[in-house]
Amino acid sequence: MKTHNQKAWFFVLPVLILVAFNALIPMMTVVNYSVQETFGNNQFFWQGLDWFENILNSSRFQAALGRQFLFTGIILAIEIPLGVIIALAMPRKGVWVSVCLVTVALPMLIPWNVVGAMWNIFTLPDIGLLGYFMNHVLGVDYNMTQSPFAAWVTIVAMDVWHWTSLVVLLSYAGLVSIPDAYYQAAKIDGASAFAVFRYIQLPKMKRVLTIAVLLRFMDSFNIYTEVFVLTGGGPGNSTTLLSIDLVKIALGQFDLGPAAAMSLIYFAITLLVSWLFYTLMTRDETK
Amino acid sequence: MLGWMAWTWPTALLFIGIFSAMGILTIIEIRYPGGDERKGVLGLVTTRGDRLFITLLGAVYIHLAWLGFFGMPLWAPIAISIAWGTFAFWKV
Repeated sequence: MKTHNQKAWFFVLPVLILVAFNALIPMMTVVNYSVQETFGNNQFFWQGLDWFENILNSSRFQAALGRQFLFTGIILAIEIPLGVIIALAMPRKGVWVSVCLVTVALPMLIPWNVVGAMWNIFTLPDIGLLGYFMNHVLGVDYNMTQSPFAAWVTIVAMDVWHWTSLVVLLSYAGLVSIPDAYYQAAKIDGASAFAVFRYIQLPKMKRVLTIAVLLRFMDSFNIYTEVFVLTGGGPGNSTTLLSIDLVKIALGQFDLGPAAAMSLIYFAITLLVSWLFYTLMTRDETK
Repeated sequence: MLGWMAWTWPTALLFIGIFSAMGILTIIEIRYPGGDERKGVLGLVTTRGDRLFITLLGAVYIHLAWLGFFGMPLWAPIAISIAWGTFAFWKV
């Protein structure tokens, strides 16, 4: 098809300007910071690539990165299957559809810091509902300010509670878009429920699941507020994820150079994993 | 006006390099539209822009890996990155 005019570029212009100001220019500044040292007063001294070398070889960074991958791996392994199962169980016709949808969507409406504060109170050993129940009714020693394991269980539970809804809604959207004819054909062929899932529902949900996995990966890999409010990275360093460590270095210690280098490495990892996910999951369609 | 961005010549050159690469690709795209789409050795369908992205992302990781394992100087990873870029534009 021949292009008749170039007007469309003007419609893209506002987005370009917005992205330039909220992403590109700050990002370029971070690149500039990452090769320099500053003691404040907007004075910078050339440092070369020392920060990158230090960060890559620091055990603190490696530990935080490990915790970050562990966290993201766990929540993806729980949220994606759980979200699909809930979406399959939801009604597709009738009055209950809207009731289910609104109920499921509720956790997503709550701001991140409120989620952290809610779970903080919820898990207090003596007055929180969950904490009291675990300690005084079940008799399980559960205190996330003392035990790293309890802290991990809590942050994973919190994220699953907060974000499985997103996977549910996306999967549900994929499910309702499947025409009835597919199900009728499966019925005539005598397909089992699993076969229907495997050969009709899953392939039809593939696109939305790609988006769900990507969104959940990026969000959980960059998670900060909820975990910070809930555990503050503790006990000790046990829940200090990459973003929490980054903020500690950048704002706590005001080491802008190392923090910039660290955030660029962080960005490179997010970019690569997202690209791999996207490429692998859409590879069949582009053949 | 740009003082707050703390520019240095090496980082400026880096961005000039990236933006001119994108500019050159834009000119090539206007001259020869379609993005030269093909299926490469990795089994991926890529356009020129995809190949530039793969080259740059690969170069980032080559440099980071070298810095992490061996440190300065960076002549070897630069050479590897150029080789990787050539491979990406030629075969991927």
